[in-house]
Amino acid sequence: MTPVIPVTEQLIEVEDLTVDFVSGGETVRAVDGLSFSLAAGRAIGLVGESGSGKSTVAGALLGLHRGTGARVGGAVRVGGTDVGTASDRELRALRGAVAAMVFQDPLSSLDPYYAVGDQIAEVYRVHTDATRRAARARAVEVLDRVGIPDAARRAHARPHEFSGGMRQRTLIAMALACEPRLLIADEPTTALDVTVQAQILDLLHDLRAETGMGLLLVTHDVGVAAESVDEVLVMRHGREVERGPVAEVLGAPKRTYTRTLLSSVPRVDTPVARAAAQPRPAAGEVLLEAVGLRREFRRGRRSVAAVDGVSLTVGAGETLGVVGESGSGKTTLGRMLVRLLDPTDGRLRYRGAEIAAASEKELRPHRRELQMIFQDPVASLNPRRSVGESVADPLRAAGAADEERIVARVRELLERVGLDPDRYDRYPHEFSGGQRQRVGIARALAAEPRLIVCDEPVSALDVTTQAQVVALLAELQRELGLALVFIAHDLAVVRQVSDRVAVMRDGRIVEQGTVEEVYGAPSDPYTRRLLAAVPVLDPVLAAARRSARKALPEPAGNVVAV
Amino acid sequence: MTRYLLKRLGGAVLVLLVLSVVIYGLFYLAPGDPARLACGERCSTQQVAQVREQLGLGDPVYTQYAHFLRGIVAGRDYSTGTALLHCDAPCLGFSYQTDQQVTSLILDRLPATLSLALGAMVIWLVIGVGTGLLSALRRGGITERALTVLTLAGTGTPVFILGLLLLMLVCAYLQWLPFPTYVPFTDDPEQWAWNMLLPWLTLGLFESAKYARLTRSSTLETLAEDHIRTFRAYGVGERAVVGRHALRGAVPPVIALSALDFGSVMGGAVLTESLFNIPGIGKSLIDGVREIDLPVVVGVVLVTGTAVVVANVVADLLYAAADRRVALL
Amino acid sequence: MTTLPDLPASGAKAGAAVAVPAASDARQAWRRLRGRRSAVVAAGVLGLLVVLALAAPLLAAVEGQDANTYHDALVDSARGGVPIGSFGGVSGDHWLGVEPGTGRDLFVRLLYGARVSLLVAAGATVVQVLIGVAVGLASGLGNRLLDAVLSRFTDVMIALPMLVLAIALTAVVPNDFPRPLLLILVIGLLDWGGTSRIVRAQTLTLKQLDFVAAARLAGSGRWRVARRELLPSLAAPVITYAAILLPMNMVLEASLSFLGVGVKPPTPSWGQMLSSAQTWFRADPMYVLLPAGLLFVTVLAFTVLGDAVRAALDPREAGRLRVGRRRTSRTPAAADPSKDISS
Repeated sequence: MTPVIPVTEQLIEVEDLTVDFVSGGETVRAVDGLSFSLAAGRAIGLVGESGSGKSTVAGALLGLHRGTGARVGGAVRVGGTDVGTASDRELRALRGAVAAMVFQDPLSSLDPYYAVGDQIAEVYRVHTDATRRAARARAVEVLDRVGIPDAARRAHARPHEFSGGMRQRTLIAMALACEPRLLIADEPTTALDVTVQAQILDLLHDLRAETGMGLLLVTHDVGVAAESVDEVLVMRHGREVERGPVAEVLGAPKRTYTRTLLSSVPRVDTPVARAAAQPRPAAGEVLLEAVGLRREFRRGRRSVAAVDGVSLTVGAGETLGVVGESGSGKTTLGRMLVRLLDPTDGRLRYRGAEIAAASEKELRPHRRELQMIFQDPVASLNPRRSVGESVADPLRAAGAADEERIVARVRELLERVGLDPDRYDRYPHEFSGGQRQRVGIARALAAEPRLIVCDEPVSALDVTTQAQVVALLAELQRELGLALVFIAHDLAVVRQVSDRVAVMRDGRIVEQGTVEEVYGAPSDPYTRRLLAAVPVLDPVLAAARRSARKALPEPAGNVVAV
Repeated sequence: MTRYLLKRLGGAVLVLLVLSVVIYGLFYLAPGDPARLACGERCSTQQVAQVREQLGLGDPVYTQYAHFLRGIVAGRDYSTGTALLHCDAPCLGFSYQTDQQVTSLILDRLPATLSLALGAMVIWLVIGVGTGLLSALRRGGITERALTVLTLAGTGTPVFILGLLLLMLVCAYLQWLPFPTYVPFTDDPEQWAWNMLLPWLTLGLFESAKYARLTRSSTLETLAEDHIRTFRAYGVGERAVVGRHALRGAVPPVIALSALDFGSVMGGAVLTESLFNIPGIGKSLIDGVREIDLPVVVGVVLVTGTAVVVANVVADLLYAAADRRVALL
Repeated sequence: MTTLPDLPASGAKAGAAVAVPAASDARQAWRRLRGRRSAVVAAGVLGLLVVLALAAPLLAAVEGQDANTYHDALVDSARGGVPIGSFGGVSGDHWLGVEPGTGRDLFVRLLYGARVSLLVAAGATVVQVLIGVAVGLASGLGNRLLDAVLSRFTDVMIALPMLVLAIALTAVVPNDFPRPLLLILVIGLLDWGGTSRIVRAQTLTLKQLDFVAAARLAGSGRWRVARRELLPSLAAPVITYAAILLPMNMVLEASLSFLGVGVKPPTPSWGQMLSSAQTWFRADPMYVLLPAGLLFVTVLAFTVLGDAVRAALDPREAGRLRVGRRRTSRTPAAADPSKDISS
């Protein structure tokens, strides 16, 4: 078959790609008959939920599955090299020089033992006959280009001395070193905070504009794709669902799955479509009140305040959202609110009773009414106990002795959160992440709480599952009149579920108000920067926001920190 | 860094203090009268009483322990009734059997132990690390299987069995070497080496099994890490990936373990020394135990403890130096 | 700063990597264990050895010999006491020949030696595990002061030169104290530090996990949390570690007996036989090879079984869960029990 399009024009040609992983006699098809192409200088996004095979495709482009036991079928051409039949030598020449890859976890993707500059220089020398000195100069040059301040000095640093954002910049610098024609970025911003994510995406955008290299972006986040690519390919179960120009696919999806996916994405750029948008029994009883709450942790000799003077109230039946980036102290705050952690200082009043320093015995009457749902669906259930037993815990601890009634109540709760009550005796590993989170919710409900602190309850879940769990929480809240404290890093999710929002940074609340106030007219510069960093689904809007971000002043000291 | 070092050294001193209390306490649990042991079988009751007086054995235990500690730090004097016997710091007392100072007795034994330790370390580093690397890099092949079986067998063999078998094979049947007798290096370096060959092999091969396992597992671990994938994805050749990046990750644990083992061998490779009759520190412990020469036993245990404890600190420092990610807090 | 309890949001997947095997793991582990031929063979060898050791008096009666009768007629006094006959005097009466010098029956002595070996190894392991689990749990669950004190104590115990101290200890205890019991106590009381460290570390990890927090929120008391949430998850690492300790203790017993400070004559022991074999290896190789072979095979079988148990209980082996980041301990050797192995 003669190629219709001249080889040089197409950077990537993938035809009927299949990848099978064989483990323990079982064959799992990760990619199933995928075909697409990418013209030089263009950008394509592979979008899909976990297990869709998108990262496997990225690996196949560089022949990374060779020698791992995976079976690769179909044809893959990158920059004119047939990856399937190329010799090891040809493959090495392709990798890094023609197509360079940026990985998800920038810390583990760099060798901890060598200076970052030396690692870049090593890669550069593989593909050029540069001298050691020239290679090092090149490393400093690209580090400087990706915005590492004082690059000549920082080139001697080892990866662990860098922050997450700087590590990702370093990986991008390594990719740039040999001026490749294609950049393959595998979830490049997933491990990063939203403001850092925006900076990295902006950097990628600028670099592409400057060098004209093509981009294949693998991401689970539709918003990230909307910001960065010309064309999207939506994947599911290793197959293509839909492919087309980004505005078309995201604006007018043709397939049901794409529509579900898009409607599941919480957004900041559309009106709030909350089920419970109707006003609550306004300003009901104040359930929980924190005043000047503070918590210190010892770091060797010093002590660091993870939460530093936080005051807030939660009314009966309302949802207070708490947003913040990693390290902002939001989880510590959440754990103090239910007294899993003891506050170092400050007051905490639950329905009039002072509980900040109450002993476990004094807490007893309130314990059950203050529950929590955890972030990690794996760690929050004891793997050695059946889910029914876990849910029954609060009942037994409360002294319920009638086994039949306990089981009946647990079955009722399982059913209420959308699980099959017959799975009472099953163990956590037999459940998916979303189902485990439902078990966690059932366990919290078993205690008949008045307030539940949800600590990143959906951040470990895929976006469609996330939407279902959020909907369940809202439903339960309405039905049972629960108060929720919803802690998350994702501004869009918080906006979707909350009545009022508190924005946290470095252990303090920088802004607090109703959703309309905080999202509509943020008064704090940090809040504004956070909001500006959130990716949006509309590519046109995304471009506008990108230039708006450039106009936003960077706070002092922040450049070095990321 | 300095604080860390001080903290570690403080911990080391604590360990040694505990050890000295334990071992000094045992001194008194021992059956028999120390004064009689010190004096010898043929002493009269009167002579024994005199010795008790000289050694201060009539004092309360804690006073004696204080004297003992002071002796280590500042030296001490024993009066023999007619003359004053001075024992320089670090003073560990006098042997009951030979009346030699324990400190000098141990120093006399040091060269033999050092000879054994150095040679054995060379062997375990070369053979152990080499085997481990080979089996990690030839994964799935027949080489790996053979090496795994060999290593496993090595792990299961007590050092004295290995030594006995080597003796039987090399000395009794093949008669390649005469039965080894220790010759000091300063007397005749060539004879020294020939006679140490079998002990080196014994101890070196014995330790090799452990090093092979460690090297193999840490190399495989490093090879499975993400940064290895990065360099492969950038077209770096397999040789450079393994040589520069994978091996680098395998180095720190091997160095740290070597320091520990060197310390414990220096503190007395009791079994090897006993089997080959090497007059080292470990041998002196066994001799001391057989002859109920308590000052020697106490002295050797303390010296051994010091070697092990110092080795621990050195191992941590080397590990941190080799693995830059470990911050010394 | 990474240890701040405020986990980065996107780190959820990394946080999932905890060393808690799934519930049905015991059954799965058992199946994995049975699936390994080497493990089955090793278990078979050890089973046979235990049966033989238990049946020692019976087998001695069948052979018609006992452990301590001298047979001067069976050794060649002219040649210094070498057994008469080939292979160390193997005959219908003495299935494995006789001991050089004394003419005592080797078969029976080896069997009784196995009893001592197994008894000491198992006994010491039990003592080690009991102390280690108790100290480790107390350290992991107790307040900061208790933890500091116990951890320092454990550090000291680990830093002690084990073999040397054991030799010194066995030297000063009166001779009428039962030696096997003495060995069990000396090994058990000196060498529990590794177990305790592992239990403490595991307890601290488990304590951090959300399901423990959930149990507290559910209103469960301290004791209930420890019993229902922590102890079951500690079983796997403790079993794994005990499986490593067993062969080490066996080697330690043999070493001490080899050095003449372990089991005292006339009680037979493999290590002590090897010790006296040092003078006989030219004239009577069987006398070296038999106890050496038995000890080797036993220790090897324990090691193979221990490896298999670890592999079967370790979720990594199943290829399901990548557990934690590597190198949690500063010095890998610090947690490596083999560092104390006698050289």
